[in-house]
Amino acid sequence: MVSTILIVIGVLFNLIGCIGLIRFPDVYNRLQSATKCGTLGTCSILAGTLFHFGFTDAGIKAIIAIPLIFFGATVAAHALVRGAYHFGIKLGDKSVKDDYKDVAK
Amino acid sequence: MRYLALFILSFLFWLLLTFDLSPINLAVGAVAALITSLLFGKYFYERVYKFLQPQRYFWFLIYIIILIWECIKANFDVAYRVLHPAMPIKPGIVKIKLELQSEFARAMLANSITMTPGTITVDIVGDDLFVHWIYVSSEDPEQYSRKITGRFEKYIKKTFE
Amino acid sequence: MDLLEILLYIQIALSTSCLYRIIRGPSIADRMVAIDIFGVLVVGICAILSIITEKGFILDIGIAWVILSFIGTLTLAKYLSGKKLNE
Repeated sequence: MVSTILIVIGVLFNLIGCIGLIRFPDVYNRLQSATKCGTLGTCSILAGTLFHFGFTDAGIKAIIAIPLIFFGATVAAHALVRGAYHFGIKLGDKSVKDDYKDVAK
Repeated sequence: MRYLALFILSFLFWLLLTFDLSPINLAVGAVAALITSLLFGKYFYERVYKFLQPQRYFWFLIYIIILIWECIKANFDVAYRVLHPAMPIKPGIVKIKLELQSEFARAMLANSITMTPGTITVDIVGDDLFVHWIYVSSEDPEQYSRKITGRFEKYIKKTFE
Repeated sequence: MDLLEILLYIQIALSTSCLYRIIRGPSIADRMVAIDIFGVLVVGICAILSIITEKGFILDIGIAWVILSFIGTLTLAKYLSGKKLNE
């Protein structure tokens, strides 16, 4: 029962992340919504898997996958933001501030 | 010293992943961990003795709890901005002064900032941290530094530095 | 139909919506963000599938997928930031 609730929460977060991925106007905001919601949603699904299997071999695999996803997604997000900025993609029209412009060159 | 630490860590990882204590499995795991530690030992974290200080684990536990709470808050923040019809965003990149010194603590701070509401780390140049913020709510550097890094800096300093 | 199967179909539909961004994305960075998130969503599919079929080895596929998509994203990001230097 607990596992089903956790999986439902995870799928809802993933849904919000995908709506953000389609709706937001530029790369940086899309990355924000997709990274946060995708990571926590999938971690929640894996926690549900852990509750379903208990501490057997499959449950331990779910525990291992959670920190891998967590650090993998955040580090990939830094790399993507930096790569996109150096590639020359501008911040969106609504942006108000850009301190990084002088340093990047 | 750090070769030994990496060997122990990768051997534990192998045991968790295979979940089997037969002698042949232990032998294969030991050989794989040996090859891993010989190849990648020189990239490992340098001051290994910090793994043996118990008070760091206590602060690490508190840090993890705060991080998970901030993570959940970040998700509701994103959900509000996505589902609101007018999409209340005001993005920008701001500069923040860093106070942590060691590389590992800085990397952990950057990771935590990525998971907190509305911010994502772009780059670290010298002592400055550049953060993309989805809603720039104030212009005063003092104020937004406290808003973004203030929640974590204390615990990261006690845990990793 | 079971609740878990409905959730599995929703998750597959979400991965398909990432394909929309991969096809339509105006720049290459949008496509890379979509590919990154596609990898994370597939791990969710693997986890739900392992509960439905009661087989633990599907989670192994998930772990391998996480690591491979992480390395792939890092490589693509390196390519993006390095391209400016070559030109």
